[in-house]
Amino acid sequence: MTSLVSSKPKGQFGDRIFRRVSTGVSLLVLVVLAAVAIFLISRALPALTADQAEIGVGGDDGEGEGFLSYVLPLLFGTVWASVLALLIAVPIAVGIALFITQYAHRKISSLLGYAVDLLAAIPSVVYGLWGIFVLAPFLSKNLFPWLSDNLGFLPFFSGTTSTSGRTMMTAAVVLSVMILPVVSAISREVFAQTPGLHKEAALALGATRWEMIKMAVLPYGRSGVIAASMLGLGRALGETMAVALILSPADVISFKLLTNQNPNTIASNIALQFPESSGLEVNTLIATGLVLFAATFVVNALARRIAGGEVND
Amino acid sequence: MTSELATTSLDLGLSSRPLSRTTIPAIAILSLVLAQIVTRVFSGGGSVVATLVIAGPTNLAITYVVSRRREGSRRAIDRMVTAVVYSLMTLALAPLVSVVWTTVDRGLARFDGELFTSTMRSVVGDGGGVKHAIIGTVIITGLAAAMAVPIGLFTGIYLVEYGKKSRLARLVVSMVDVMTGIPSIVAGLFAYALFSQFQGPGARSGFAGSVALAVLMTPIVVRSTQEMLRLVPNELREASYALGVSKWRTIVKVVLPTAVSGLLTGVSLAIARVIGETAPLLIAAGLAQDTNTNPFSGRMTSLPVMSYYGYAAPGFPPEAGYDRGWSAALLLIIIVLVIFSVSRILGRVLRPKGLR
Repeated sequence: MTSLVSSKPKGQFGDRIFRRVSTGVSLLVLVVLAAVAIFLISRALPALTADQAEIGVGGDDGEGEGFLSYVLPLLFGTVWASVLALLIAVPIAVGIALFITQYAHRKISSLLGYAVDLLAAIPSVVYGLWGIFVLAPFLSKNLFPWLSDNLGFLPFFSGTTSTSGRTMMTAAVVLSVMILPVVSAISREVFAQTPGLHKEAALALGATRWEMIKMAVLPYGRSGVIAASMLGLGRALGETMAVALILSPADVISFKLLTNQNPNTIASNIALQFPESSGLEVNTLIATGLVLFAATFVVNALARRIAGGEVND
Repeated sequence: MTSELATTSLDLGLSSRPLSRTTIPAIAILSLVLAQIVTRVFSGGGSVVATLVIAGPTNLAITYVVSRRREGSRRAIDRMVTAVVYSLMTLALAPLVSVVWTTVDRGLARFDGELFTSTMRSVVGDGGGVKHAIIGTVIITGLAAAMAVPIGLFTGIYLVEYGKKSRLARLVVSMVDVMTGIPSIVAGLFAYALFSQFQGPGARSGFAGSVALAVLMTPIVVRSTQEMLRLVPNELREASYALGVSKWRTIVKVVLPTAVSGLLTGVSLAIARVIGETAPLLIAAGLAQDTNTNPFSGRMTSLPVMSYYGYAAPGFPPEAGYDRGWSAALLLIIIVLVIFSVSRILGRVLRPKGLR
C-alpha cells in the first residue's frame, strides 16, 4: 500500500531538491521581468519629470518640445507602418495558408510550409539590407511612378515621389514580408484543424472547393486569423532594423506613402539615435522604448484574449 | 429535351463538359501577353508592376467568363478563387526567393580567406574581415544560451510537471506571455539600463548583449519546453511511478528523453531567433573594430551589428563596406541553417529507440 502513496514526493531528498529548483527558477523569470520593468521605468522617469523644455534628441530641431510632442510623431509612425504592413500581409498570409492546407499536394505543402517557416529565421538586418538595396530601387522604378500617375488623387499617393525609394511604402512592404511567416504559420495551423467532417459534409452536398472553404474552413479559422494578425502587428511594432535601414525619417506626422518626408518609428529612432546620445537624451529614448513596450503589450494581450489563450507565437 | 435538362440542371456544377486541364494555364499566359501588349501600346514598354496589375484582373475575368459558359457560375467563382490563391502564393514566394538570392549573390563577392581571418582594425576601405564579429557572435549568443536554456527548461518543467494549474503557474504563464512581447530593442535598453547602473553611462559589453538576448530567448525556450513536455503521454509517467520510480527520476529518465528531439529543436529555434538580433546588440554591446574576447569589459562586435554598420557606416569606397555587410549577412544565414540541421540530426540520434 505504501507504494501507492509514494507518488507523493514527500520525504525524498532528490525530489524536494528538484521541485525547489524548478519552482525557484520560474520565480526567477518573474524577477527578471520585474527587473526589466523597474530599470526601464526608473531610467525613463527623469525624461518625464525634467524640465520639458530640455527634452529632445538629436541636435537643435529636436530640443525643447517636451516628451509628449517628441514621442507622438514616433508613435504615429510606428502604428502607421505596422498597420500598413498588416494590411498587405494578412490577405497574402491567408492565401498562403489556404493554398498550403486546402489546395496543394501534401508533399508540396509540407515543403512550402518549411520554406515559409525558414523565412522567420532570416535575421531582420538581412531584410533591411534587401529592402534598401533591392526593393527600394525596384519599387521606385516600377511601382511609385505608376501609383502617383494613376492614383495621385488619393492623399496617400500625393506629394513629390521619392526617387531613392526610401519611403513609408517600402518600409511597410518589407515589414509585411517579415511578419508573413508568423501570420501564415498560425493561420495555417488553425485552417488545418478544421474538422474533417464539416469539410466532407460540405463537399458531399455538392459544394465546390471555394464554397467548402467559405462554409467550413473560414468560419472555423476566423478568430485564429484575427489573433495571428494581432501577433503579427505586435511583431511589426517592435521591428527595428529594417525600418532603421530603409526609412529616411523626418519629424512629421504624414499619411503620404511615397515622399521623402516620413514619420520615423519608435524602435528605429532609438536604434539611430542611441549610439550618439548621452544624459537626458538617453532617458528620453528609454521612455519612448517604454511607450513601445506598452503598445506591444496591449496588442499582444488583445491577441491572446481573442484567441482565448490558445495561440502562441 | 436534353438541352433543356442541361440548362435547368440547377447549376450544380455537374456539367459534363468541364474545362480541359490546359485551359487555365493557357488563359494565364494569354492575359500576360495581353497585358504586355496594352502596356507597350499605352505607356511604351510599361513597368513590370503595371503589367502584373493589368494581367491579374484580366486573367480572373477571362477565367470567369470561359468557365461560366462551360461549367456554370459556381464553378466559375471556384476557378477564380483558385487563381487568386495561386497568385497570392506566387506573390509571397517572390520576395523570399529574392532575399535569399540577393544575399547569396552579393555575399559571395567577399567570401574569401581574408574575410574569415582578419578583423576591421585599421581598415578603411577594401579588405578587412569579420573574424572579430564571428568570435563576438559566438561569445554573446553562447552566454545568452547558457543563461536562457536552463531557466527556460526548468520553468517549462515546473509549469508542466509541478505547477499544473496552481496560481503561481498561471502567473508565470502570463508573465512569460508578456516577456514574449518585449520588443528586441527594449530588451537592449533594459540591458543598458542595468549595466550602466554599475558601470556608469556608456556601459557596453558583450555580457550586456548576452543579457538582452537571454531576456528575448527565455520565453521562447519556456514555450517550446512546455509544448514538448505536454506531448509526452501520461501513461509513460504512470508506468514509471508504478515501478516505484520517484518523480524527479521519472522526469529526468523518462519524460525528458522522450521529448529530447522536440526540446532540442525548440532550443535551436530560439538560438536561431536571437543570433540574428541586431537592435539589442547595437545598444548593449556596441561596435568594436578588433577582436575582444572578454565579454565583461569593452565593446564587442557581432555579425548582425557588423552587417548593419556595413551599410550605415561603410567607409570609403562604400562598396567595400556593403560587401562586408552582405558577407556577414550570408554567414549569419548559413549559421542559422547549420544550427537547424544539426538540431534535426541530433534529435533523431538522441530519440529513445522505441520512438525512432
